[in-house]
Amino acid sequence: MTVTVARSVPEALQALAADPPPEVLAGGTDFMVEVNFARRRPEAILAVSRIDALGQWQQSDGQLRLGAGVTYTQLLEPPLAELAPALAQAARTVGSPQIRNAGTIGGNLVTASPAGDTLPVLLALDAEVELASAQGTRTLPLEAFLLGPKRCARRPDELLVAVRFPAPFGRQEFVKVGTRNAMVIAVASVCVVLDPGTGQVRIALGSVGPTPLRARAAEAYLAEQLVPQGTGPTATSAFELRDGDAALAEVRRLVAEAAQPIDDHRSSAAYRRHAVGVCVARALERLLRPAPGAALGEVAA
Amino acid sequence: MTVLERPRRATRGVGVSAPRPDGVPKVRGQFQFSSDLFAEGMLWGHVLRSPHPSARIRRLDVGPAWAIDGVRAVLTAADVPGAPTYGLEIPDQPVLAADVVRYMGEPVVAVAADHPETARRAAAAVLVDYEPLDPLVDPEDAISAPPIHPDGNVFRHLRIEHGDPEARGEVVVEGTYEVGMQDQAFMGPESGLAVPAEDGGVDLYIATQWLHVDRDQVARCLGLPLEKVRLHLAGVGGAFGAREDVSIQVHLCLLALATGRPVKMVLSREDSFFSHVHRHPARIWLRHQADRQGRLVRVDARVLLDGGAYASSSTAVISNATAFATGPYRVPNATVDGWVVRTNNPPCGAMRGFGAVQACFAYEAQMDKLAAALGMDPVQLRLANALRHGDTLITGQRIEGSAPVAQVIEAAAGAPLPAVGPEALPDVALPGGAGRTATRSRVRRGVGFAVGYKNLMYSEGFDDASEARVRLELAEDGPLATVTCAAAEVGQGFVTLARQICEEELGVERVVLAPPSTARIGSAGSTSASRQTWMSGGAVAEACRAVAGRLLERAARRLGTDPGRLVLAEGAVQALEGADALSVAELLAEGPLEETVTFHHRQTEPLDERGQGDAHVAFAFAAHRAVVDVDLDLGLVKVVQIATAQDVGRVLNPLQVLGQIEGGIAQGVGLAVMEEIVLDQGRVRNPSFTDYLIPTALDMPDVAVAALVEEPEPGAPFGAKGVGEPPTISSTPAVVAAIRAATGLPLTRVPVRPADIALATPGDPRP
Amino acid sequence: MRYELVVNGTPREVDSSWLGESLLYVLRERLGLPGSKNACEQGECGSCSVLLDGRLVCACLVLAASAVGAEITTVEGLGGEGPEDLDPIQRAFVEAGAVQCGFCTPGLVVAVHDLLRRVPQPSEWEIREAISGNLCRCTGYGRILDAVQRAARAFAEQAVTR
Repeated sequence: MTVTVARSVPEALQALAADPPPEVLAGGTDFMVEVNFARRRPEAILAVSRIDALGQWQQSDGQLRLGAGVTYTQLLEPPLAELAPALAQAARTVGSPQIRNAGTIGGNLVTASPAGDTLPVLLALDAEVELASAQGTRTLPLEAFLLGPKRCARRPDELLVAVRFPAPFGRQEFVKVGTRNAMVIAVASVCVVLDPGTGQVRIALGSVGPTPLRARAAEAYLAEQLVPQGTGPTATSAFELRDGDAALAEVRRLVAEAAQPIDDHRSSAAYRRHAVGVCVARALERLLRPAPGAALGEVAA
Repeated sequence: MTVLERPRRATRGVGVSAPRPDGVPKVRGQFQFSSDLFAEGMLWGHVLRSPHPSARIRRLDVGPAWAIDGVRAVLTAADVPGAPTYGLEIPDQPVLAADVVRYMGEPVVAVAADHPETARRAAAAVLVDYEPLDPLVDPEDAISAPPIHPDGNVFRHLRIEHGDPEARGEVVVEGTYEVGMQDQAFMGPESGLAVPAEDGGVDLYIATQWLHVDRDQVARCLGLPLEKVRLHLAGVGGAFGAREDVSIQVHLCLLALATGRPVKMVLSREDSFFSHVHRHPARIWLRHQADRQGRLVRVDARVLLDGGAYASSSTAVISNATAFATGPYRVPNATVDGWVVRTNNPPCGAMRGFGAVQACFAYEAQMDKLAAALGMDPVQLRLANALRHGDTLITGQRIEGSAPVAQVIEAAAGAPLPAVGPEALPDVALPGGAGRTATRSRVRRGVGFAVGYKNLMYSEGFDDASEARVRLELAEDGPLATVTCAAAEVGQGFVTLARQICEEELGVERVVLAPPSTARIGSAGSTSASRQTWMSGGAVAEACRAVAGRLLERAARRLGTDPGRLVLAEGAVQALEGADALSVAELLAEGPLEETVTFHHRQTEPLDERGQGDAHVAFAFAAHRAVVDVDLDLGLVKVVQIATAQDVGRVLNPLQVLGQIEGGIAQGVGLAVMEEIVLDQGRVRNPSFTDYLIPTALDMPDVAVAALVEEPEPGAPFGAKGVGEPPTISSTPAVVAAIRAATGLPLTRVPVRPADIALATPGDPRP
Repeated sequence: MRYELVVNGTPREVDSSWLGESLLYVLRERLGLPGSKNACEQGECGSCSVLLDGRLVCACLVLAASAVGAEITTVEGLGGEGPEDLDPIQRAFVEAGAVQCGFCTPGLVVAVHDLLRRVPQPSEWEIREAISGNLCRCTGYGRILDAVQRAARAFAEQAVTR
């Protein structure tokens, strides 16, 4: 077995050009569990956690580009937490402080777990991923990147180098259900994003399908339902639903219908279906009538 | 005449919050746990386990394992030289499975290699051809199903018939309750080091609750005489019942003897879940009958425990679950049937609370149901029926010791409620925590109450003695007491208490504890059943008193007086009358003094064919009031506060009592809302800390200790009762009662899962 | 295969027969530093908490060979030289009764170091969230919370007297 510690992206891409390519180790929070439990016995490992460039981020033209090595802890801190509040809310629910210090957004994407906490947020933000190899760089929309449970479109010779999405962008809420108040895998999670300029809503669901899912029927229904509260001098930043509580109930129904949950040891399909409906309704209520500073929630100190 | 009183020191002796003697090495990372051991040239052991809950082994080929470089031993059932099976009460469990496996995780092959990864690879390379069989997984079916073991499927059936079988009450409530399989989930995984000895025997350094009973079982399986198998206690990372049975002990010794080299084994968390017993899942039916005033007239019950594949301590667990099925109440007439059976589920045995936990969840749900049927306050109903000193239990035993049940109920019920409601708590303190699921308007607060009890020490005629030796000598800087006792320190603080007792009895300032070992002293019995403070504490106290007596005799000879006219105090022997005094140091200059004693509690007796008998030594009681916040739509629960009062006899170390109470409540809260080994046709679905959830610091409520009721227990050293188990018993039903109060749902099973609340059918009857 | 790790300020040569070893395994079994504990080896208990370039991480999830060149601080690197020479956090754990079996203790001591360095006077809920990745099965966390609050006070007093 060999271990290569790359210090730059070109160095990493060169290593990945080997046949067969080495396995990529980032924060280690998923990879090392498999090694420790003898479920994975790599011949060659490429460690990318020491590539400084991967831990950087840039904002330009309304886009945020996060290097794949950005950790959950970085996402929790300003200014990233203000640029992408739902991502910060999701990051806060990942594992423990120890995991958040090591785990990376790139790792979350490549692991492609149906329960990956940042994935519904990135999906709701229409994120794109950048994949680099010695052959060049390609960009994929997230929906094309996430193929199934623990399956993604990265080729073995490619390195996921960054993820891009619009930021700052509208109002955002991430909500996650787990059976413990910390350090818990999501039983269900949702991200709802509202663009107050267009009244457009995007909804993504986690842990209720082979990959995170968009609830497009619910989004389309909401496009018809959402109206600004008050007009003219009484206009506020709040929205209301044309059909009020009945509309909220319909959203819950459409969201539950969009979910494709399974029964497992963490919960039942029926509960997951129910929970995503409740969570989307709650997230929507918060977004439609935001309390001052509420969009940020309380991001951890 | 001067009357000398034994001086009460603020920082030493019995009754003070003495710090743990092992605290400093533990905070520095220097305390040696069983996984920290090292020996020159040691190998690493690993055990291959069955992936099936029930299967025949058609063929076993260890050749591919031997082909791996660095492999030093590959052992199967054929390599066990002595008895092929072991067991705490009944030796029915194979060291290594020979022809059949009866639970998922059953050991099949033991391997030793140069590196742990090599050992794991070698185990994975062994070819085992299994013929999977339909597992027997329903304990109800097990009673009549074809036996899955030569010993049969019923470990024990026990029936209690008490009072008048015709007695009837006007108000009747009935219910069936279930308890899921809980795991002790100690932090330090099973681990140890076996070192082959020149005499052909073996020294085993191991984390356990009871060195001598392990030694007996290991020696039997190795086919060695007892003196050639020496067990030494290695640092124990928690126990809670899970280290009462043999797990890796025999495997380690077999591998060391086969290779002639030291062998270390440290289980992964997954293997840990498979290698120790769990709390018995239970199905309990109860029918309570009371008069209109709320006095219990009769209780009928049927208790069914799933013992899993092997016996472990099942026969004792069912005894408790049956005897305590009606709770700490006066029940003049009762019929209780208790069954514990064999299935192809993982073996179950001891866990903190030992049978009393399952019973309490059921009988306390019934008491609330009865209170509702009577239109009575649930606390008042409990008070009206609370046991007292002198009352008779359903086993016919009269309570001769203290039983301050009413006091613990009143104190816990009267504790102040939390100052703020969910509206004033931070988001992270609400149900769902950092997941931000809660909407405050949909969070409902509930309050619930429960009281429970349990026996202290072993029961039914078992004489679980403890031996201790105290040596008092003059060291360079003054008198030094050395305590030798095989009592296992598992975190509970016996090491602190043994020192406090020596300080109290001998007035010495320096006390050391010799490392517990079967090579040094006889059995101290198990660190379980809330018994070491009483039993080994008693043995240390008596040994101290014997040494003190010898000291007085020495002084009496020197002073030409009678020992009865002398007293030991303040590091000196002084005359009761007059000014004569000799320092302990002076007296020890003649040579050290050493005494070994064996302490016994009063003898108990077995239960007769009607389940009647003076079977228990003593009892301890506790009450809990739980406050919870429930997310009504998502079914998430945050336990906000547990107020408690406990019957402790006497407080010997306030800080350690508090630690036991808070820690015990954490395990009770865990069982109430999250902890369960999930089984699917005998397969464990969540053998990891990712999926077997125990409370984190964000889940644990505030614990308010409303009272420690000190009514000294007759016969108990210093009047103190064991305090470790009662906190775990009624905390679970109190939390569930609070969730019922918030939701109006019957909730007859623990742990309460979010779906049990969120997806409950509207119109479910209020309990 | 040989490589070098810097542990508690000292460069240490590691001679590893298998490069898949975690930092936890190397610390415990190759460098004689068993203070970091092995309760789950999957990042779900915090018993193996160490500081890696000043960041609190689980040593079980760090591939040891990838930590070449990083500064590693373990529980053995905290406190003073003498056997009774404790830092305020360690002292608070002993005095508050926060130690029972002690298996979670070293990891908690390291985690609390990280917390109090970032947030010198944390609220109760900040403490609870910061240590929520460190499982303890003995104490129910009550005395641990007390210990963290005592340590925070001790640091504040130290700062005043300076």
